[in-house]
Amino acid sequence: MSSATTILVALLLPVLAAASCQIFGRLGHPNLRDVATPLIGACTFAAVWRLGGEVLADGRPELVLFEVLPGVELAFQVEPLGLVYGLVASGLWIVTSIYAVGYMRGHHEHNQTRFFTFFALSIFAALGIAFARNLFTLFLFYEALTLLTFPLVTHHGTDEARRAGRVYLGILLFTSISFLLFAILFTWRLTGTIEFTPGGILGAETSSGMVTVLLLLYAFGAGKAALMPFHRWLPNAMVAPTPVSALLHAVAVVKAGVFAILKVVVYVFGLDLLAGSDASLALMTIASFTMLMAAVIAIRQDNLKARLAYSTISQLAYIVLGAAMATATGVLAGGLQIAMHAAGKITLFFCAGAILVATHKKKVSELDGLGRTMPWTFAAFFLASLSIIGIPPLGGSWAKWYLMVGALETGFAWQAALLGVLMVSSLLAVFYLMPVVVRGFFATSPTAGPSGSAGGDRKPIAEAPFLCVAPLVLTALLSLALFFVAGDLASLLSF
Amino acid sequence: MIEKILVLEVVLPLLAAPVCVLVRHPRLCRLFSLGVVAVCFAIAVAVLLEVRGGGVISYQLGGWPPPLGIEYRVSTVNAYLLALVTAMALVVMSFDSRGGPPRVPEQRRHLYYAVFLLCISGLLGITITGDAFNIFVFLEISSLSSYILVSLGGHRRAVMSAFYYLVMGTIGGVFFMLGVGLLYQVTGTLNLRDIAARLEPSLDDRGTVLALALLVVGISIKLAVFPLHHWLPNAYSFAPPKVSAFLAATATKVSFYLLAMVLFTIFGAPFVFEELRLQAVLLPLSILAMFLASGAAIFQADLRRLLAYSSVAQIGYMTLGLSTANATGLAGGLVHLFNHAVMKGGLFLVVACLLYRVGSVHIDALAGIGRRMPFTSAALVIGGLSLIGVPGTVGFVSKWYLVSGVLERGWTAAAVLILLSSLLALVYVGKVVEAVYFRKPAETQPIDHVREAPLGMLAPAWVLAVAAVFFGLTTNWTYGVAREAAELLLAGGI
Repeated sequence: MSSATTILVALLLPVLAAASCQIFGRLGHPNLRDVATPLIGACTFAAVWRLGGEVLADGRPELVLFEVLPGVELAFQVEPLGLVYGLVASGLWIVTSIYAVGYMRGHHEHNQTRFFTFFALSIFAALGIAFARNLFTLFLFYEALTLLTFPLVTHHGTDEARRAGRVYLGILLFTSISFLLFAILFTWRLTGTIEFTPGGILGAETSSGMVTVLLLLYAFGAGKAALMPFHRWLPNAMVAPTPVSALLHAVAVVKAGVFAILKVVVYVFGLDLLAGSDASLALMTIASFTMLMAAVIAIRQDNLKARLAYSTISQLAYIVLGAAMATATGVLAGGLQIAMHAAGKITLFFCAGAILVATHKKKVSELDGLGRTMPWTFAAFFLASLSIIGIPPLGGSWAKWYLMVGALETGFAWQAALLGVLMVSSLLAVFYLMPVVVRGFFATSPTAGPSGSAGGDRKPIAEAPFLCVAPLVLTALLSLALFFVAGDLASLLSF
Repeated sequence: MIEKILVLEVVLPLLAAPVCVLVRHPRLCRLFSLGVVAVCFAIAVAVLLEVRGGGVISYQLGGWPPPLGIEYRVSTVNAYLLALVTAMALVVMSFDSRGGPPRVPEQRRHLYYAVFLLCISGLLGITITGDAFNIFVFLEISSLSSYILVSLGGHRRAVMSAFYYLVMGTIGGVFFMLGVGLLYQVTGTLNLRDIAARLEPSLDDRGTVLALALLVVGISIKLAVFPLHHWLPNAYSFAPPKVSAFLAATATKVSFYLLAMVLFTIFGAPFVFEELRLQAVLLPLSILAMFLASGAAIFQADLRRLLAYSSVAQIGYMTLGLSTANATGLAGGLVHLFNHAVMKGGLFLVVACLLYRVGSVHIDALAGIGRRMPFTSAALVIGGLSLIGVPGTVGFVSKWYLVSGVLERGWTAAAVLILLSSLLALVYVGKVVEAVYFRKPAETQPIDHVREAPLGMLAPAWVLAVAAVFFGLTTNWTYGVAREAAELLLAGGI
């Protein structure tokens, strides 16, 4: 199979999964439907993995479909950043589609066929973004991802869900049309091309003011990166069923935003143009602000999913910060964070969903003592929290490590400030994640009654269905494993 | 050979109309007119292929050479329009409206087809002819027949809106006529190329400037340029749905061609856009249309009125392309003629499907219809996405070139406004889609009896929906032709 075919196969397999969902769903075989999705997911992952082999050997597999506008092709090319994003999205899709079966059935959700169909189509769009060879292809799939996830956000069809859906579409399309598309057109006007090119396409003659404006347009235009003040869609998207929050609103969708920013920094601006410029400084400031602000807000959230959503906003800012540094180390840290945060945050959401299915509890303040009845879930939550905070030996620590190295390298007078921001942010992460674990394991359950004093009658284990628990244990172990394979990732991402 | 066929383009539907009157059998008339339109489409495509790359086909009526005789003259610009009008006529004509317009009894249905054919031949005549007075004649043929078509909508207000349309249309026609008269006074000829050659427009020459003003205002009424658009929302929302689809897809497009021809071919871009600076009026009006009409669309409770206001806004995009007066922007405006025809024609056909099955296109009545009519609703979504300008649809292609053209002009603010205005489209499209898919049907209006529209209705609507995506991804036919036409217009030719 040639590499071009492999790309096509990797892109089309999720579409096949969507089609099989529709067919089996309409024929009334929900079991076949729910087996087919993970299987096709595994094939998708295998295809992306195959492409990875070529990229590691310094190949750049390409697929050019056709010319859309004169000089603008619908074309794909796999390069390291896209590969990491593609692997993360397709790999975690397998786990999520298993988890989703347990969750959707355990929670008796309606419209499951529609749900799984759009889920698979979203992965299609995410892979399109990952492999885009030019800004047009990226934008095409970026918008498609917004539209395809809309039915998932409004899944419940309640007034609340529809209102959240409106905010979701409103902010994401507003930013992408008025900022991102404008930036793309402006780039097209300035350079006559929108192909991603190593070293960038904007010439050194571009004025510093213009570069700053363009970079901010791109950064805010990729609204999926949830930079403040365009972050509100993400907490709103939490009305969706938990598998959606887990894979899409912690991994595929939000990473599409930061991935776009990374791509643009590396392949449109070029690191040389940005390093040490005003544009870089401006974006770093915005990223740092978002990082701290979102973390502070996260501490105040009682709804577990909302807290995780703000934590995501804060963690995404790490990647934007890495991109904003415009150094090889910064980009490396950003790429690592895409993978590390994905494994960690998806586990946290899986746990939140498992708690919801098992106990119907959504608030942090209601979790007292649950750790003893759901030990696996809370242990996984603990591991993943450590990864998010950035404590070895968990994957997240590497991303933070390289980000600090990058901060030292920037050479700005305020590198100390940058280091401070990173440390405070990690500290804040302790404050918003650890209470969950502490309440779960050490607080006494209010329902235990006065007789249930410490160490009293042990309550039986009451975990969520097996299909929910197994995936979250798996992803928790993955974030542990990522600590040890980070070297391979780092060598892949060296620019 | 091809120039002899050219004249058939107008003559065929013109003669077919009285044949329909004689045949009287409604079914037969429908098939017959469908056949005629199909032949016209084939001719238009042949002509377009012939003239692409700078060719010109000229036919002298009655063998009288121009400037004395009437000349039919076709280059890429009007060949593009011919193909557009006939293609849309073909798709709309193939739409099986199951019993025709509501107010027309069975025994008079043949007249409906006769009028339809007259309207088509009028529109094709305007596009094809190279003679100013001849344009006026065809303009009146198409206008008069479209007043009749609009008045056939079942509602009593259809007659009123047709009358209003008639009054406005006649004023527009008179303005156009006066303009042509003044030009005749100045140049002593009616042949367009001859006028262009003899006319030496200057700001000091009151007659010429007045002629331009009269022509522009007259055509702007027919084109529904904001703020002369008042006839349009009513006419489109009370006409029979098939007629709305046809008029939305073709009538305004031909008026746009006429405006472009007057500005670029007769008066020439240097005079209009550098001396007179028409863009100082046209650009603000276009932007106002984009925002105010889209804003009005948001507050419409009836899907047809919503689409009609959206049309006014979309005409704003076209005139905005015109006012850039550079190849990219003008090509953007021209390609939007086709793109808008595809999406709006498709959407009005969807409206026709919904009206047939649900009986109303009030947005509340459409709640939850997505489950009962999945294919119709999906076509509605595709058309809606295209109106917003989502990449992968035709709307995006138009927006891409309009914004590029505006940026080339250095009008950064206008570029931002174009993009912002498409967000208003997001609001009104979103409102409809949300009702169709995510709202529960009202208790008072059960929709359990609603079934999917019949294939004869669904197929034409889907042809346009597929075209909206297809031409959103491959543009060498649409944009390629539009670009060539734009360069030709800027060079002063037709």
